[in-house]
Amino acid sequence: MAVTTPQAPETATREIFMSEALREAIDEEMTRDATVFVVGEEVGVWGGAYAVTQGLLEKWGPDRIVDTPIAEAAIAGLGIGAALTGSRPIAEFMYSDFMGIAMDQIVNQAAKNRYMFGGKAKLPLTYRAPFGAGTGNAAQHTQSLEAWFVHVPGLKVITASTPYDAKGLLKSAIREDNVVIMFEHKAIYAMRGHVPEGEYLVPIGVADVKREGDDVSVITYARQTHHALEAAEQLAAEGISVEVVDIRSLYPLDTDTVLRSVRKTHRAVVLYEAVRFGGFGAEIASQIQELAFDDLDAPVLRVGAAHAPVPFSEPLEQASFPDTAQVVEAIRQSLQGVY
Amino acid sequence: MAEQQPVSTNGRAGGDDASNGVLEQLTDDQLRWIYQIMRRIRRFEETAEEAFRAAKMRGALHFYIGEEATATGVCAALDDGDFITSTHRGHGHCIAKGARMDKMMAELFGRTTGYCGGKGGSMHIADIELGNLGANGIVGAGIPIATGAALGSKLRKDGKVTVAFFGDGAGPTGAFHEGVNVAATMNLPAVFVCENNQYGMATHADFANAAPIHNRGPAYGIPSASIDGNDIFEVYATAKEAIDRARRGEGPTLIESRTYRHKGHTVLDQKNYRTREEIAEWVSRDPIERFVRAVNESERLDEDDFQAIDGQIELDIEHAVAFAEASPWPTVDVIERDVYVE
Repeated sequence: MAVTTPQAPETATREIFMSEALREAIDEEMTRDATVFVVGEEVGVWGGAYAVTQGLLEKWGPDRIVDTPIAEAAIAGLGIGAALTGSRPIAEFMYSDFMGIAMDQIVNQAAKNRYMFGGKAKLPLTYRAPFGAGTGNAAQHTQSLEAWFVHVPGLKVITASTPYDAKGLLKSAIREDNVVIMFEHKAIYAMRGHVPEGEYLVPIGVADVKREGDDVSVITYARQTHHALEAAEQLAAEGISVEVVDIRSLYPLDTDTVLRSVRKTHRAVVLYEAVRFGGFGAEIASQIQELAFDDLDAPVLRVGAAHAPVPFSEPLEQASFPDTAQVVEAIRQSLQGVY
Repeated sequence: MAEQQPVSTNGRAGGDDASNGVLEQLTDDQLRWIYQIMRRIRRFEETAEEAFRAAKMRGALHFYIGEEATATGVCAALDDGDFITSTHRGHGHCIAKGARMDKMMAELFGRTTGYCGGKGGSMHIADIELGNLGANGIVGAGIPIATGAALGSKLRKDGKVTVAFFGDGAGPTGAFHEGVNVAATMNLPAVFVCENNQYGMATHADFANAAPIHNRGPAYGIPSASIDGNDIFEVYATAKEAIDRARRGEGPTLIESRTYRHKGHTVLDQKNYRTREEIAEWVSRDPIERFVRAVNESERLDEDDFQAIDGQIELDIEHAVAFAEASPWPTVDVIERDVYVE
C-alpha cells in the first residue's frame, strides 16, 4: 500500500522500511547521548522480534544493547531504576500484549513516581511495544491496548503511521524527560516510506493532516491511517473529498488540529483498530462533540474492532478490525447522516 | 510461629549482645551515628503515632519500631551516593539514608514543605539526591526498580551499589523473582535485604513463603545470609560484606534479616494474629536496648553521649512537628502540576 508523507521535505528521496527508520532513531540517539541504552527480550543477538535493533549489538556492544530474560516486570523496572539514577533507557516489550505482566511497574511506578515524589524525580524513559492485528498471531499477540495507558496520568502515548513519523517521534521520545510509550504497528514495520538523510524530529503532541479534504474528516492513527487514505482515494473518484488526520500522539492529544479539521468538513469519522467499545476513539469523539457540537452536520461516528479477542483464522481476523471497505462505508454513512 | 532463637548462618552467632568484634571495628562517631539514627526512627514514629491519634494526620502509617537495626545497619555500610528502594514501611529507611525529619513530618501532615509537597504521604517519600529512590505502596515493586538502578550503575560505571529493602510479604510476589533473577543473571551491584518482620498484615511469613526466603540464594546462584535483624552489629557486618562484594563487581547478595514490628500493621490493627507473649519476647530483644547494652559493656560511649544525642533528637522532633503544623496546605492549583516534566 502506498505511503504518503506530505510532511517530508521535498529533498527526501530515500525510501526505507519503518523498522529501519526506528533503528536509525535509536542509533542516532545512542550516538548523541552516551546514557541512552536499549534493554529488552531478544534485542541483542536476535536483533529484536521485528528486527528493529538488528545490528546494534554488533555496533554498540552488550553494555548498550542489553538482552534480558523473559521478565516483563523486570524490564519495566530496569527502565525505571536506570532512568531515576541518570540513564536514558529505551525498554522494549516484545509485544504490547506482554505489558500486562509489567502493568504495576508501568502504571503504579513509572507513571506516578514524579508526581508522588513532589516533582523531584525525572524519568527519561521510553517504552517501545509492537501492537495491532492482521499478522495471524491470535489473541495474545495482536491487541491494541493503547487506551489502557492513555488513561494513566504520567504517561505519554505515541504511535506512527509512516517511517518518517516513526523516526522523528521516537527520537523525540528518547529526548523526553518523561515516560513515553511508543506503540509500533506490526503490520507496517515492513512498509517503506520517505525518510530524509540527516537530523529531524517530529514533535510529540502534534497531529498531522495526511490528506486534505472538504467533505468529511477521518481522525485516526497508526496503520488505520492507511485504510483511511485508501478510502479517501476511492471516494475521490466519486467526487467525495476526505480529510485524513493522523493524530500521532494520543496523549498529549492535538485537539486543535482535530477540531480545525472538523470545523472545516462538519463531519467526523473516528477510526481505530482497538476494540471499539471503550477505545481511545471514544475520547476523540467526545472531545469533538463537546467542543465543536455546533459545527457538526452529522453525529460523530466511530469505527473500531469487534468486541471479541482477536481470532486466529484469517477470514475471522481480517473481519475483526476495520478495513478500507468499512471505512468507505462509514464515510458514506457520515455524509448521509443516517446510521 | 516465629523462630525464637535466631542463629546466624555466617558465623557471627553469639550471646545476645555480643558484637563478635564488629563493635570494635566501628569508630565512636559511627557508634554515635547508629544510636542517633535508631533513636530518630523510633522517636519520629512515636511522635507520628501521637499526631495520628490526635487526628492531625490521616491515611496510613506503617510503623518500623522494633526493626530499626536493619535500616540503620545496612545504611551504615552504604556510601552517601549509593541508592536504596524502600517499602510502605519506609520511615526507617528514609531516616537512615539521611532524610530530614521536619520535611518527613510535614509530608505526613500533607503540607507543601514535605518531601513530596504533600502529594505522596507516608508511603511515597523519596529523595533522589540522597539516593532514596522511594518508598512504595506496592509490596515487592521496589525490587525491579532497584535492579534497574543497579543496571544503570553498571552501565554508567559510577561505582554505586543499590540496596532493595523489602519485607517477607514481598517474598511471594513475581516482582521479587523477576528482579532478583535478572540482577543475578546480569551480575549487578545490588543487595536484596528482606526484612522478615514475621507478618504481612496478619499472614505469617512461613505461611506466605513455601520455604525460608534466604534459601532462595542458591536457587539464583547468589550468596545469601540469614541474620538476627535485631543485632545491629550482625546487620552491619553482613551488609558491609555484601555491599563491598557488589561494589567489586561480584554481583548481588540476598540477606534475610529476621526482626519484628512491635506495633500493628498500621495504626489500625486486628490484634488477633499474635500473642502478647510473642510480642513481649521480641520487645525484650529490642535492637536499640541491645545496642546500648553492648556499647555500655565496651565502655566506648558513656551516658553523656547518649543523653546528648537524645536531647538533640527531642529538639529536632519538637521542631519537626512545629514545622509541619505551621506549614501551609497545598493550594488546589497544583493538582495537575508535576505529572510531567514540562
